[in-house]
Amino acid sequence: MLHYLIRRLMIAIPSLLGISVILFTVLALAPGDPFEELATNPAVPPDVRAHLRASLGLDDPIHLRYISWLTAMLRGEWGFSFVSRIPVEQLILQRLPTTVAVIGASQILALAIALPVGVYAATRPYSIFDQIANTLAFVGFSLPTFFTGLLLILLFSIQLDWLPFVFRTSIEATGWRWWWEMVRQSIMPVAVLGLFQGAAWTRFVRSAVLDVVRLDHVTTARSKGLPESRVTMRHVVRNAMIPVVTLVALQMPAVFGGAIVTEQIFRVPGIGSLLISAILANDTPVIMAVTFVFAGLVIFFNLLADVLYGWLDPRISYR
Amino acid sequence: MSASTTDPLLSIRDLRVHFATDDGMVRAVDGVSIDVGRGETVCVVGESGCGKTVTAMTVLKLIAMPPGRIAGGQILWQGRDLVPLKSDAMRSIRAKEIAIVFQEPMTSLNPVYTVGEQIAEVVRQQEKLGRRAAMDRAIEMLRLVHIPNAQRRAHDYPHQFSGGMRQRVMIAMALSCNPKLLIADEPTTALDVTIQAQILDLLAEMKERLGMAVMLITHAMGVVAEVAQRVVVMYAGKVVEEAPVRELFANPRHPYTQGLIRSIPRIDLAATHHHRLEAIPGTVPSLLNPPVGCRFAARCRYVTDACRAAEPPLREVAPGHKMACIL
Ligand SMILES: Nc1ncnc2c1ncn2[C@@H]1O[C@H](COP(=O)(O)OP(=O)(O)O)[C@@H](O)[C@H]1O
Ligand code: SF4
Ligand SMILES: [Mg+2]
Repeated sequence: MLHYLIRRLMIAIPSLLGISVILFTVLALAPGDPFEELATNPAVPPDVRAHLRASLGLDDPIHLRYISWLTAMLRGEWGFSFVSRIPVEQLILQRLPTTVAVIGASQILALAIALPVGVYAATRPYSIFDQIANTLAFVGFSLPTFFTGLLLILLFSIQLDWLPFVFRTSIEATGWRWWWEMVRQSIMPVAVLGLFQGAAWTRFVRSAVLDVVRLDHVTTARSKGLPESRVTMRHVVRNAMIPVVTLVALQMPAVFGGAIVTEQIFRVPGIGSLLISAILANDTPVIMAVTFVFAGLVIFFNLLADVLYGWLDPRISYR
Repeated sequence: MSASTTDPLLSIRDLRVHFATDDGMVRAVDGVSIDVGRGETVCVVGESGCGKTVTAMTVLKLIAMPPGRIAGGQILWQGRDLVPLKSDAMRSIRAKEIAIVFQEPMTSLNPVYTVGEQIAEVVRQQEKLGRRAAMDRAIEMLRLVHIPNAQRRAHDYPHQFSGGMRQRVMIAMALSCNPKLLIADEPTTALDVTIQAQILDLLAEMKERLGMAVMLITHAMGVVAEVAQRVVVMYAGKVVEEAPVRELFANPRHPYTQGLIRSIPRIDLAATHHHRLEAIPGTVPSLLNPPVGCRFAARCRYVTDACRAAEPPLREVAPGHKMACIL
């Protein structure tokens, strides 16, 4: 197992390198220059500007710039933001907890909906419950988050004025009031992300369970005289969890990607909005670092999916 | 009814099982009566699609309802009708009184639990034993069905066993609560020929040791000759002939039974001659719209107009020997 994990991580290294090369090249070729502002600023003499550019290595050939970026990265120096001059890792660490909290809460909500509804619907296929659940899941899955997000803002913030629609990191209150404010401003982003993902997973849980209910070993379980609830939990749901857990883990990076949109709508100061503002400002070090964090997430969750799959299915062995 | 069973253990009477499908009503079992006496071995034989599995599953009410439905008849278990029984009461009969072994050992066990766990599960459910005691019983059962290193193998998963070994596990599981009746639905069909004989031997040995009645379902007449005391021949959802095994082989009356017996592979002939099996031409008719009259008419070499006019009833032609043919 440990062997397998190490080998998988070794395989991940070339992919990370590949990602970084492509990204670096694309960003270098992209129009726009972080020094644009300095160039038009008459207070900065041209020779100072040239000196600055040279000291930052901005005019070096692209492969030299890539290598110096890579060696710095390997030494754990992620560089400074061109815009705020703050170390990139500090910026990311500032933003990451908010994103993780919002995504974590929304995914828990999604699973709390998808698991019971999907299982209940699949054990009564084509019942009224199943049809209603299916329809709602289809609607939820079809509505894009930017649409539902704006809809919720219109309804709960503007019409009813119940919930704030701008997410604030600095809340003056302390103690339980602070928590209350946090919960209030998190409700809508968490609901939008959670309901969307919940709808998608409900459909998946339902079909995974439907695939298992018709298998022979379920009839065997019934022939043993087990109560129906036990047959469902131990011999249907347990087996259906193999593809479900794997898919959930595999989709996590996509969930982070999708959260960027939601973060923009609700102005959640998370890692997604950091990426967007960095892109708009040509802030290369930040873009590189954030994208790298995303690439790392993809690799981590792929590995996690593999490990969980093997843990849930004894037929899989890691060699 | 055979002479030995005055009060049968299981008495299936005029059972009718229908399936609602998109094309219409499939009459999978259409008025079947089978008795199984205490400690008796009854073979139910017939080609694929004759309703054997549905009959067996219906005894334990394991068919999916819907689309399935018991449209009529009784299933008397020690005199009590199981058809109207609630699911709770039905559960206490499963495995504890009537156990079943299925055709496909490769898919009948849950791949995510060890075989020991799966046997222990039924013991815990039906005998209310604790975890340890149940596992001990599971290991004991695995030993009983001759699984080598039972103590260690109990902690292996199904995929670590061969088909024959898995069928042994299934038999161990089915017998773990000492049922009075074991229904074995083509337990050897999915296995290699050499393994088939071993499983049949095992069933015979278990029967000798534990004394339960056996209802063995098969499509192979050769198997019937080896193990049965009494034989029920099914064709297209109906019983067409029933007799003690010697009587049936000595004096098969129904043309379908005669065809089945002729199709038994004969090792003595196969070795010397170029002996072709005499398979019955044609196939089992659809149970969606079964033909009126004798259902075997389309394949019968003795067919007459009378056969197609009305369904020949099951009648007693000798003591304990019944058949449904006008001849
Ligand atoms: N769930 C079901 N839905 C519809 N038809 C079924 C179902 N199960 C069995 N049947 C039909 O019942 C008939 C008898 O099947 P089966 O009992 O499996 O035959 P056997 O075991 O003798 O080969 C077949 O024609 C089959 O198509
Ligand atoms: S009733 Fe007629 S068709 Fe049917 S088996 Fe007898 S002879 Fe053949
Ligand atoms: Mg069958």
